[in-house]
Amino acid sequence: MLKLTDVVTHYGPIRVLRSLNLEVHVGEIVCLLGGNASGKSTTMKTILGVVRPTEGRVEFEGQRIDGLPTEAIVRRGISLVPEARRIFARMTVWENLAMGAFTRQKAPPAELAEDFERVYALFPRLNERRDQPGGTLSGGEQQMLAIGRALMARPRLLLMDEPSMGLAPALVEQVFDIIQAINGQGTTILVVEQNATVALGIASRGYVLQGGRIVVHDTATALLAADHIRRAYLGED
Amino acid sequence: MPIPASGWQRWLAWALGVVAVVGPLVAPNDYWIGVMARICLYATLALGLNVVVGFAGLLDLGYVAFFGIGSYLYAFLASPHFGLHLPFLAAVPIAIVGTAISGIFIGAPTLRLRGDYLAIVTLGFGEITYLLLINLDRPVNITGGPSGIIGIDPPAFAGFALSRNTEYYYLFLAALALALFASARLRHSRIGWAWQAVREDELAARAMGINTTVAKLQAFAIGASFAGVGGSFLASWQRSVFPDNFLFTESINILAMVILGGMGNLLGVVVGAALLVALPEIFRDLQAYRLLVFALMLMVLMVFRPQGLLVEEARREEETEAAVAPEPEAGAGG
Amino acid sequence: MDILQILPQQLVFGLALGTVYGLIALGYTMVYGILFMINFAHGEVFMIGAYVGWWVLTGLLQAQVGGLHPAWVLPLMLVHAMLFAGLLGVCLERFAYRPLYMRGATRLGPLISAVGASIFLQNAVMLTQGARMKVYMTSLLFPRGWRVQIAGANVSALVVVMVVVAGLMMWGLHQLVQRTNLGRSIRAVAEDREMAAIMGVNVRRVIGVTFFLGSALGGAGGVLVGLYYTQIDFFMGYSAGLKAFTAAVLGGIGNIRGAMLGGIVLGLVESLAVTFMNPAYKDVVAFVILILTLVFKPTGILGETVSDGEKV
Repeated sequence: MLKLTDVVTHYGPIRVLRSLNLEVHVGEIVCLLGGNASGKSTTMKTILGVVRPTEGRVEFEGQRIDGLPTEAIVRRGISLVPEARRIFARMTVWENLAMGAFTRQKAPPAELAEDFERVYALFPRLNERRDQPGGTLSGGEQQMLAIGRALMARPRLLLMDEPSMGLAPALVEQVFDIIQAINGQGTTILVVEQNATVALGIASRGYVLQGGRIVVHDTATALLAADHIRRAYLGED
Repeated sequence: MPIPASGWQRWLAWALGVVAVVGPLVAPNDYWIGVMARICLYATLALGLNVVVGFAGLLDLGYVAFFGIGSYLYAFLASPHFGLHLPFLAAVPIAIVGTAISGIFIGAPTLRLRGDYLAIVTLGFGEITYLLLINLDRPVNITGGPSGIIGIDPPAFAGFALSRNTEYYYLFLAALALALFASARLRHSRIGWAWQAVREDELAARAMGINTTVAKLQAFAIGASFAGVGGSFLASWQRSVFPDNFLFTESINILAMVILGGMGNLLGVVVGAALLVALPEIFRDLQAYRLLVFALMLMVLMVFRPQGLLVEEARREEETEAAVAPEPEAGAGG
Repeated sequence: MDILQILPQQLVFGLALGTVYGLIALGYTMVYGILFMINFAHGEVFMIGAYVGWWVLTGLLQAQVGGLHPAWVLPLMLVHAMLFAGLLGVCLERFAYRPLYMRGATRLGPLISAVGASIFLQNAVMLTQGARMKVYMTSLLFPRGWRVQIAGANVSALVVVMVVVAGLMMWGLHQLVQRTNLGRSIRAVAEDREMAAIMGVNVRRVIGVTFFLGSALGGAGGVLVGLYYTQIDFFMGYSAGLKAFTAAVLGGIGNIRGAMLGGIVLGLVESLAVTFMNPAYKDVVAFVILILTLVFKPTGILGETVSDGEKV
């Protein structure tokens, strides 16, 4: 479904991604692991067109999307749950969700109502806080809002950038259970994570990113089992 | 003297120097000597604004206020208006000091403001100054109102009063040379480094122990004092001052001189002044379109060559970097 | 005492003028909220709106169209002015500003370009329309006899209409921004431009729309001011622009309700000040308020509505 081929991305003179190759197939959960400054967020930005790759190709459902503006890429069915949530703090929960459905303005109101219901079903707390400004929500609630907002677009591919960051362990489990549930409902997911164990727990395959390059690529079970790989590349966990 | 190090600018500087010295001798007529004098006058003003905008990075849109204050101060001290007729060499320094003090007053409220706001506030002060100049003839006649002050004494040294344009020209040229010298020395002095730090990153400057408040006020005061010189010269040359000499458009005019040449670049400022005084003279017939063309030039300049005609190298790099770097990330690296 | 007699009158004038200031201020505030830049040329957009309104009114009068009644003439003037002003705003953004803020140039660039645009428009109008002022034949549209009594003040119907029109437009904008998808997208772009793009918002288009709306409102303000003062000239945008900007800052830049509130406060204060002191210093009032606000409460009465970090 998603395919990155030999992608190179720069920030000014600095080469952040070096010849990156990555694939995500329909229905999978794939995780992208790596420590700080390994290039994880840049990978996300490259896929979404926020940053343009200097070399290489990004293809989605068989068509090239590198070079397209972000708005166009998103309209093809990719959504992002960004690092650090980045919900619209001054807008209410409902308005944030409505913004999530921005690309589907032409959809019949009944469908949109369904989507709201679905998100509220997944995250009942959001329903309670419907009219509160996003900025007043707790960290965990904001994470749920960010996920819900991304779901409102009915994406076929969901990108998640470090969903566990800043959350208490119990909450992290909850979030990843939800991610699994979303996948069960038919959404393909690419998760970027520092917390390898929990990410590999739900993924089918994993890539390890280091210094802008994929160093290891295997099934999740294999990665979890290989201690030396965990220690060498995934650091403490 | 501020001789630029790099190649063609060096040539240009020397060429200009030569032209400046022999100018009046080869000028076609007295009118053009007057134009040259005006160039020197405005170049001095532009150098003053350059201290504020170019060195310290404070966008002052109301510089004309200092120009006006300097002019009127000289007029108060050397005309029939208040009956004072101080000699030139006494009146000018007093005007300079007075203008510098006004610089501190106008700069003080702006100390905590961001770029755009600082610009608007200084613009506001420029307007207030104009309104005061034009209205303070009631209840007590301080400024002479819309009709201004006339009959101002010309510059006089040891009984010899200036009367011909050529004489004025050399006086203004000498002042310009002094201004250039002062600017160059300031740039590489401690104050100059402090200004540069403030211009680049005020927070970091403060963290380094620089008293940014003092630095900014110094910039305003010193920049204003240049205008004090320019203002005194205008008053004593024109032998009169009117509020309409000091409209907002004049602030923009002087700012354009600084930007056109390249902010912070002394030679550039002089070139900018020369162009913006001389070109309207050359294209006299198109006088009606002068402002229109001027405005277009500003816009085009900003789009295509914001660093000015004589590029200041260091600044060039930071512009390129800013252009290439994408938007800052929200969270940690990646 | 004399003052007490004219006070209600002055207050009503102040209120009327204030709503118009608020209308123009909206243009500044919306653009600042979304781009972090002061659209210096907004005053000129307002001025051109006034000229367009004059053109429509004078055109109708010259064509000797009978039955001129403000009920249809006024909307006609407003629509023309708003469309023209709105499109002008879009052009400004597209050609004078976008090349600059897209490039991430220094803060100076867009501001200088805006100043250039402002001077350019002033002179363009002066050269094409003449330096002499134009007269709005308001009395032919709003006969002098139409007056109403409000709270002890005897005011002309025109003033009431001004307040109503300005109020309606501000209300309309508020509804648009709060309740529609477009409005949400504007707020999203103002808050977090990158994230809005990731939601699928066409950021450039939203910026253009913001300019259109803000400028259209400025143009409407121009028509109202033209009707009220009956004289317009190419330079009127300058002081009106600065005052409207003051209103925007006073209320809290980027904050739509703030712009409206700031406008009214400024109008009232100005009116009161003129009652008690030399009218020649009227414009100074606005500047003093601006300076005081920026020095003591830079976020304005209702607080700024801008996100962290500098944009443009």
